This record gives sequence, structure tokens and C-alpha cells, in this order.
Amino acid sequence: MSKKSFRQAINEALRQEMRRDPTVILMGEDVAGGRGGSAGIKDAWGGVLGVTKGLLEEFGDTRVLDTPITEASYIGAAAGAAVTGLRPVAELMFVDFVGCCLDQIMNQAAKFRYMFGGKARTPLVIRAMFGAGFNAAAQHSQALYPLFTHIPGLKVVIPSSPYEAKGLLISAIRDDDPVIFLENKVMYDEEEDVPDEPYAIPFGEANLTREGRDVTIVAFGRMVGLANQAADRLEKKGISCTVIDPRTTSPLDRDTILECVADTGRLVIVDESSPRCNMATDIAAIVAEEAFDTLRAPIRRVVPPHTPVPFATVLETLYLPSVDRIEAAVTATMAHRVVEKV
Amino acid sequence: MQIARETLLRSYRAMRTIRMFEERLHVEFATGEIPGFVHLYCGEEASAVGVCANLTDNDTIASTHRGHGHCIAKGVGVAGMMAEIYGRSTGVCRGKGGSMHIADLACGMLGANGIVGGGPPLICGAALSHKTLRDGGVAVAFYGDGASNEGSTLESLNLASVWNLPAVFVVEDNGYGEATGASYACAGTQQARAAGFGMPYIECDGSDYFAVHQAAGEAIAHAREGRGPVMLHVHLARWYGHFEGDAMTYRAADEVANARRDHDCLKLFRTRVTEAGLFEGSELDEVDAAVADEIEAAVVQAKDDPLPQSADLLADVYVRY
Ligand SMILES: Cc1ncc(C[n+]2csc(CCOP(=O)(O)OP(=O)(O)O)c2C)c(N)n1
Ligand SMILES: [Mg+2]
Repeated sequence: MSKKSFRQAINEALRQEMRRDPTVILMGEDVAGGRGGSAGIKDAWGGVLGVTKGLLEEFGDTRVLDTPITEASYIGAAAGAAVTGLRPVAELMFVDFVGCCLDQIMNQAAKFRYMFGGKARTPLVIRAMFGAGFNAAAQHSQALYPLFTHIPGLKVVIPSSPYEAKGLLISAIRDDDPVIFLENKVMYDEEEDVPDEPYAIPFGEANLTREGRDVTIVAFGRMVGLANQAADRLEKKGISCTVIDPRTTSPLDRDTILECVADTGRLVIVDESSPRCNMATDIAAIVAEEAFDTLRAPIRRVVPPHTPVPFATVLETLYLPSVDRIEAAVTATMAHRVVEKV
Repeated sequence: MQIARETLLRSYRAMRTIRMFEERLHVEFATGEIPGFVHLYCGEEASAVGVCANLTDNDTIASTHRGHGHCIAKGVGVAGMMAEIYGRSTGVCRGKGGSMHIADLACGMLGANGIVGGGPPLICGAALSHKTLRDGGVAVAFYGDGASNEGSTLESLNLASVWNLPAVFVVEDNGYGEATGASYACAGTQQARAAGFGMPYIECDGSDYFAVHQAAGEAIAHAREGRGPVMLHVHLARWYGHFEGDAMTYRAADEVANARRDHDCLKLFRTRVTEAGLFEGSELDEVDAAVADEIEAAVVQAKDDPLPQSADLLADVYVRY
């Protein structure tokens, strides 16, 4: 056990799985970097944010492949390789670039198994960073996990801490279905204790990061940390919250959410993706359908507005869910009084 | 081809403006005051300016993530650009786009682009508008050697040929896409790619304004006359990292120094026009001084300009909703 950053935890998961299984390969733009450069060095970058640094040195360029800027073909190649014997981990860099290769994910990899009558296995992982908070503007800041969650055949993972990232990525690599693994780009330097040895966190099992009586908060990725900060503040005001990190949006641990809502009777969902047809609407629908009688207040969603992500800091800050907004939503749900119908 | 003195002076000023704009950004970025990603165009000025000197406001260009030079060359105002990069409400995109999304449709600038390979398909559409509306306009896509490998780019070369569009595809080949060399990432040659799609190909030295102006002039005339698209391959060097903050360990120590010494488009331009007796050095020095003042004023103004208001967050998602 030692302190590791989100970046290091991901790097370690990749390294350990590549050691364990020679069919695991990496590919992406500048996952090593430096090829064809005048300095003649390799591994110049190890990914734009250094997440895959050092893997080329250990595994060589038959297993760590720099690609041209050509997402449709290398993401498709990863899908094709996955269905024919390799276990590729393809890095898409910014998830926004899925616009250039969605067909290979949505119409190809996701559908092989079902379309081919259960005969295919596609052990593909696509890693990508997502999220606002970097002033990266409209084409480099989206949180597109609902898009992937919408597509049957894909699994979708959103780690909320370094510990979670390592265990979930190891599961993703060992999984026989296509997995979209989404890393919030603001979190790479966050640190916590992470075991040195490999461990796997199963998909579809939510993590209760905190248990309380009054309100259930469901949050994803970086929002889990914000929800816990809000819960700390609320605790001081006498409001006790449960905070659920579902870990994966597909599969989704409905049971844990429904059980917690049954206990608290109040639900706030924190989701940093665009508000229409996102995880917050999905979970709200499930709870409204399956747990209507246990609700003591309307479900509240803390989500961005239905706009692209703006560039300027003042606007981007307003755009994102915040600790203040989560606190306000919980306070509002506590203030709700059921009026008896006459 | 004889280039009018006025055009030369305007082009020199534009190249100097790009150079000073970018060098100032390099300094300001290091202070941490500029948000987001910034990709500098220094060293590549003659490409944007040599091409755009052959265009009018009626013509359209599409740019890339490395877009400041194309914007300035096409006539986007420096003050509005600087304010945009600082995220101010006075910016050309009202602080909503930033460096990577500067656009000004009024002067035919379809936007920088955060998506590599985003521009070429848009340029097919702009060329289709020019052709259909018979407005005499030409559409020009600037894109990098890295972007030349995107499917969207290759498909656009085909579409432009199939539709015989008034389009010019300017490959700005600076030898790198991020940290990866073009010698690794680009199979075959740009020339063979052009030939594969049945379009003429011209190449030129991008540090020589006159060479770019000449080559682009031919390519643009060809497209404007309705004879179909052309590929223009411009050989360049970028003087800074891929983005600000890139240590460039993948480049040989002397690569940038050599480019600065031997392939500085501004130095080469000055030598050529003064030796030919077209301009006195002092005339060009005056331009330099005026540009320095303009950049200084733009930075001071941008830092002082108002930030966007909270209501701006919700504005302009749609025309009507
Ligand atoms: C679709 C897409 N893929 C990857 C990126 C990340 N990216 C930004 S710039 C760049 C390199 C582009 O190289 P090139 O086209 O040669 O332009 P240059 O930077 O050299 O001007 C990459 C890979 C992106 N923005 N969009
Ligand atoms: Mg390049």
C-alpha cells in the first residue's frame, strides 16, 4: 500500500495486467510518443497527460503502439483485434473525439456478440478522459457517459478515486465485453492509498461511500468527492446523507440505489453530463417507477444546463455541479412537506 | 508574378502581427493568467499570410487548433482575439470559445477547430455554397500533416473532386502531429494522395512568403475558375511545443534553433524586399513598432475587459428554442 495518484493507479493497473497477460496491448495517439521525431527517442510523452509513461520501455513497441491521428481506423482496429484474440486497451485521449469513430464502437464492437448469436467475445477497453473544469471548451470537455450507457453491448465505468481506478481498470481489462473506461481529467493528480498488488473491483456493485438517514445522494466520478464534501457540511447542520458511487453506469446497481432510497425517502442525483437523457434522468425514472411509495419528496437532480461547455472560467464554474449546489438541493429536498390531498 | 507594394506591406504586417501575438502569448501563458490550451503558430506565418493574400472577405477558410495565424491572416481583429483568449465578454466569441475556437464568419473565417480533421469537410460545404450561389468565392482548408491522416480529410479530398468544388486543401506540414513525426505517421506522400483523388498538387517552402504566395495564387485561381480542387503542400517548422507546456524532448536540440536561424519567414522577407529596393529597412521597422503597440494595447485591454455575465451561459445555444 502506498500513496498513488489517479494517473499512477491507472498506469499500474495497465502494467500489471500487461505482465499477467501477453495478449493485452495498448494503442493510441502518443501513448508512447516521439516516433519519427528528430531526437530519435521513444516514450517522449507516455500519453498527452503522461498516464502510459514507461510502458513502452517495459513492453516494447509490439505491445505499445503509437497510432497516426486516425481514430476511426485504430479504434476499429482495436475492436477487430479484440474479436480475434487480443485484449486491446485503446486510448481515445479526449472522449469528445468519439465523434470521429462512433461507428466502430456503436455499430461494430457493441453489437458483435448479439448480432452473431452469442458467438463473439470482444475484450476491448477504450480509455478516454472527460469532463469540464480545465477551460478546454466545448470540444474537449464533454461528459459523454450517457451516450455510451445508451448503447446495449457496452459497459461503462467511471472511477471516482485512484483506488477505484486501479481496481476497476483491472476488471475492465479482464472483462470479455467492450468496456468504455472514462477518467475525469481534473483528477489525475489526486492521491490516496492504493494497494501495490493487483485487485479487481467488480462491475455493477455500487460503493456506499457514506451512510446516513435523511437523504440518498447518487454521484458519479469526481462528483462523488463533491457529494461527500456537501454531506460533511450538511452533517454539521444535522442532515445525514448516504452517498452512493455506482462505479459503473452499465451495468447499473439498481438494487443498492433502491434500498438506500427506501431507507431515506429522499434522493438527489449529481451528474456532470448534459441534463437531457443523462444518468440523473435514468436513475430518477427507475426510482419513480420502482420506489414511488418510499419517496417523501420529489427527486432532485444537480446537473449542468442544456448548453455546450463554455470556455471562460466564470461560465465553466457556473456550468458544473458544485458542493454549494449539492448542499442546496439536499436542503431543498429536506424542506419539502407532503401536502395531503383533500 | 509581380506583387503590389501595398499587398507586400500588408502581408509583412500580418506576419509580424502573428509573430508578436504568439510570442506575447508564450510569455503571458507562463504567468498562468491564460486559461485552457494554447497552440502557437510561430514560424509558420508565411503559410497563412501567403495563402490569404490571395483571398478576399468573400472567400472562406477553415483552420485548426493552431489557428491564431489563420485568423490574423484572414483579417480577424487582434483585440477581439486577445480578449477571447483571456475569456472576456468582448472576445470575438464572447469568451465562450477560447483560443481553439476563434471564428469570425463576417470575414470568412469558419473557425479554429478543436477536432483534428474537422475543417476539410466543412470546407467542402463552404465550397458548395460558393459554387451553388455563384458568388465567385473559394474555400480553403488549412490542416496539418497529422490531420492529413484522418478519414474525414481523405474523404473530403474525394468529395471535393467528385463535386468539382472550388476548394483548396492546404496541408501545413510541420513534420509533427503532437509528439509523433510525420515520417512515422504519414504513409506514402501527400503528392500521391492528391493524385489518388485526381487533383493537382503544388508544394512550396513555407518559410518563403513569395513561394507560398505564388503557389497559393495558382491553386486558388484554378479553383476559382471552376477547374476543381487543388492540394497545396506547405513545408514548415513549428518553433514552440505542440501546446504551451510541451518540453519537446522528441525534437533534436538544434532543430528549432536551425529553423529560427535559416527559415525565419520574416527575416527572409525583409532581406528580399530591401535588397530588391522595394522597401527601406526603416519602413519595416515602423511597421514592427506599430504592431508592437497594437499587441501591447490588445493585452492591456483584454486583461481589463469585463468577464461574461452569468446569463451568457444560457444564451446562444440555438437561434430559437
Ligand atoms: C479528432 C482529434 N484527435 C486528436 C486530437 C488531439 N490533437 C490535437 S492537435 C493534434 C496534432 C495535430 O497535428 P497536425 O495536424 O500535424 O497539426 P499541428 O499541431 O502540427 O499544427 C492532436 C493529435 C484532436 N484534437 N482531435
Ligand atoms: Mg503537424
